[in-house]
Amino acid sequence: MAELAGIEGTIYLKREDLLHTGAHKINNAMGQALLARKMGKRRIVAETGAGQHGVAVAAACAVLDLDCIIYMGEEDMQRQAPNVSRIKLLGASIKAVQYGSRTLKEAVNEAFRHWVADVKDTHYLLGSAVGPHPFPVMVRDFQAVIGREVKEQILCEAGRLPDEIVACVGGGSNAIGIFYPFIPDEAVGLVGVEAGGIGMENGNHAASINAGKVGIFHGSRSNILQDNYGFIQSTHSISAGLDYPGVGPEHSHLKSTGRARYVTVEDEEALDAARFLSRTEGIIPALESAHALAYVLHGGFHKEREALPRKGLHSNETERIIVVNLSGRGDKDMGIIGEREGEG
Amino acid sequence: MGDISAVFAEKKHTLLIAYLTLGYPSLEVSLQAVRLLEESGADIIELGIPFSDPLVDGATIQQASYQALQNGITPPKCLEALHSIREQVKIPLLFMSYYNPIYQYGPEKFCADSSGIGINGFIIPDLPPEESVLLEQAAKGHDLDMVYLVAPGTPQKRLEEIERRSSGFIYLVSVEGVTGTRQGLPGHLEEFVARVRKATSKPLCLGFGISTPYQVNQVAKDVDGVIVGSGIVELMGRNDWQRELSQYVRDLKSACNGGSAYAAG
Repeated sequence: MAELAGIEGTIYLKREDLLHTGAHKINNAMGQALLARKMGKRRIVAETGAGQHGVAVAAACAVLDLDCIIYMGEEDMQRQAPNVSRIKLLGASIKAVQYGSRTLKEAVNEAFRHWVADVKDTHYLLGSAVGPHPFPVMVRDFQAVIGREVKEQILCEAGRLPDEIVACVGGGSNAIGIFYPFIPDEAVGLVGVEAGGIGMENGNHAASINAGKVGIFHGSRSNILQDNYGFIQSTHSISAGLDYPGVGPEHSHLKSTGRARYVTVEDEEALDAARFLSRTEGIIPALESAHALAYVLHGGFHKEREALPRKGLHSNETERIIVVNLSGRGDKDMGIIGEREGEG
Repeated sequence: MGDISAVFAEKKHTLLIAYLTLGYPSLEVSLQAVRLLEESGADIIELGIPFSDPLVDGATIQQASYQALQNGITPPKCLEALHSIREQVKIPLLFMSYYNPIYQYGPEKFCADSSGIGINGFIIPDLPPEESVLLEQAAKGHDLDMVYLVAPGTPQKRLEEIERRSSGFIYLVSVEGVTGTRQGLPGHLEEFVARVRKATSKPLCLGFGISTPYQVNQVAKDVDGVIVGSGIVELMGRNDWQRELSQYVRDLKSACNGGSAYAAG
């Protein structure tokens, strides 16, 4: 793939798509479900966007014998229909959220409302590194296994740390998970890829860090897509898992300290990257993860790299190493991709 | 004018606190309703500044907030519409909203402007005391009260912190859950109120899920004020809202006074 794309260097894919239930989401779902059991809770409530978190939570609840209620926006239920069936098959009940943009933001609202009404018996199993403390920290800690594995494996495979780690960012759980163990390794570039939707100019995107300003939403202070009055805006992304107007506060922090960079990739570029990976490597990525891949394939890496002086440990190395977090698999997106193929 | 503590100090019966969402169905109607609420016996009014994602609110206030936002209501428009409210209404007025609109407005400016038109305090349910120093200091500087919320599940240590930080009154959330009319009343209410009473000498007002005169009558003897919101907002959407609102508030007020007509339900 790297060769065909004209990239000098080696691209490693962190294959979170091979996890049980098909995405990194199970790392956090299983961790929190075990905590819920330990706290004596009998019921789990959760939101889901793409449905990957919903499936992971439903599976964790099935195996740990917990009642499970998943809130999902109606729009997302339509575009991620296979995951709706999987959630039901796993024994969870799924509740459609029918107001507002009928996507992830509203699903989070409803899950919160359910939770506060039933807090004694119920644990809210938030799926991204957002929400009030301690959720962003807890989710990051459960997802940091991704970064720890990358570190161990890349040292084993390549004998050194990578030059860049690239991950998609909606709420930002897979990204913070892969970034976190590398934060002290300053020579390792960290790149978060936000959903540019159908264009950054017209506002139809979900790029909270690139286009949002600091505000308070869902219990944390972070970059939020909002209007001048502090009302939260609707977002657009082809990828339901990135379609959220906020972002984990730790990403907002990494952006402000300059430790990580955040870029955007539009719907069409992500679709192209998904097709390209499918045809060159035989791996169908989730459209979320395809955003991260698209950034690497479309040369954003080259252009920015030339502008930046090489520094750090690997300045003498000729071959660059890029790790892309392939956070999930694309089965759920067949409907969307098929539709676009039809159009093309 | 409209000093919250003074109103509690002078009270002869349990106070009635009425909530409405500004801009639903329109700002003009909201202003008429504020006057009517005072005339009909409300002792304090909570003015809701609508927000896009009203997390602690149930379906009624969500719907009203959505409608208000569709009508183009913003915090500056609310303040503008209320600029001469003190020529019309004497009782204490509180703003109820969520933190982000206030944060974007600028906490200091929001306090200055609110105080400038005669607002007496704030209720911001998504702003916990741990995070509220900025707004609280600005509020103090402008003589505005900060009302914090306590729920049945609030741990003792946190209750003491909220008690220390609250001014005006303490808002007891009757149920674990969101706002909205409900049948009956939750259990363990007396126990909950007694627990908070033990921790404070500040006035206690009970809200969430209280909408009928019967419910008000049941709780009035235990608390210093009863807060009714969704029941009022439901009426605001009707054609004949003035007559209905006036009667409803009079009935609630009578129940606050211990009116025996409601004791039997």
